[in-house]
Amino acid sequence: MGEAIVITSGKGGVGKTTTTANIGAGLAQAGKKVALIDADIGLRNLDVVMGLENRIVYDLVDVVEGQAKLKVALIKDKRFNENLFLLPAAQTRDKTAVSPAQMRDLVDSMKGEFDFVLIDCPAGIEQGFKNAVAGSDRAVVVATPEVSSVRDADRIIGLLEAEEKHNPSLIVNRIRPSMVKKGDMMDINDMIEILAIDLLGVVPDDEFIVVSTNRGEPAVLNTQSRAGEAYRNIARRLLGENIPVMKLEEENGGIFGRLKKMLGAKG
Amino acid sequence: MFDLFARVFGREDASKEVAKERLRLVLFHDRASLSPQMLENLKNDLVKVISQYLDIDDEGFKVDFSRHDDSMAIVANIPIKKKAGRSL
Ligand SMILES: Nc1ncnc2c1ncn2[C@@H]1O[C@H](COP(=O)(O)OP(=O)(O)O)[C@@H](O)[C@H]1O
Ligand SMILES: [Mg+2]
Repeated sequence: MGEAIVITSGKGGVGKTTTTANIGAGLAQAGKKVALIDADIGLRNLDVVMGLENRIVYDLVDVVEGQAKLKVALIKDKRFNENLFLLPAAQTRDKTAVSPAQMRDLVDSMKGEFDFVLIDCPAGIEQGFKNAVAGSDRAVVVATPEVSSVRDADRIIGLLEAEEKHNPSLIVNRIRPSMVKKGDMMDINDMIEILAIDLLGVVPDDEFIVVSTNRGEPAVLNTQSRAGEAYRNIARRLLGENIPVMKLEEENGGIFGRLKKMLGAKG
Repeated sequence: MFDLFARVFGREDASKEVAKERLRLVLFHDRASLSPQMLENLKNDLVKVISQYLDIDDEGFKVDFSRHDDSMAIVANIPIKKKAGRSL
């Protein structure tokens, strides 16, 4: 029986979709069988981030309404052998096209076939959130080190509790070590202290994410990307490995950091 | 050198300190779903009740919410005034 994980945040644009794509790809790289569900009905994005937009025939709503079998609707990502699949969101419908109960049934049935089912949650706290969370066994909350994002994350943590989803864990995204050093950005400890939840991982702000999204290739596929490395670490933590949070130096890390990078040292 | 100084002693004007302080207040209200007005009422009522028993310093009176894992707690810090000639 697989595990269903919802990736959520409250606020939009903090990196839920990027995180879903990269953790999914990271778990698939590690040999796990993974399905990604884009639960952002009406604003489908996971397909383009993954580079699979040209292969969509059926979507989540088609499956829930019985117009397509799950097996037929799932898009196989050929870069990951038989390990990674995407169930895209419907683009021309809205959140009310599916109910939390339907989502729960769908996710439950998928857990029989996959080691991990990752659900990319839409922004907001309304029905889209309730749908995305319904079938999940655990929640991962993504937040950036900014007041608005932390506030929304706090609200989401409260709502997860209300939905009986206990012990969510936190991914801090888009950390900029040089700003943290100057005291102009909250650091990991500040975030954990305020939100009072467990830390799952830290992802640096990385220009390569933009490049990877341009190309439709998850960053975990690139061994040079710091964000890619962070996401690979997160995937391994989800598999139960004990991997320390990577040390974030300044972007270029001075001459020392560059040297270490050249020597291929792990950050 | 200044950088080191700032790191050791924590620059008070560092914008992240401002962010944290603002978040503390915002989350306080969010978590309790309590408006600032209701909070003020709560504080005043607390002062009234406790004053019946103790001489308290309502200047230093502080009410806070904190979250520990699954539960929320209301934490009140209520300084008691020293009575003349007696230590507490
Ligand atoms: N670690 C990162 N470094 C740089 N850019 C990022 C990072 N994470 C996300 N982004 C960018 O932020 C934007 C929003 O990300 P996205 O995953 O779509 O957020 P959400 O799904 O929460 O709305 C995208 O343009 C994405 O490329
Ligand atoms: Mg998204």
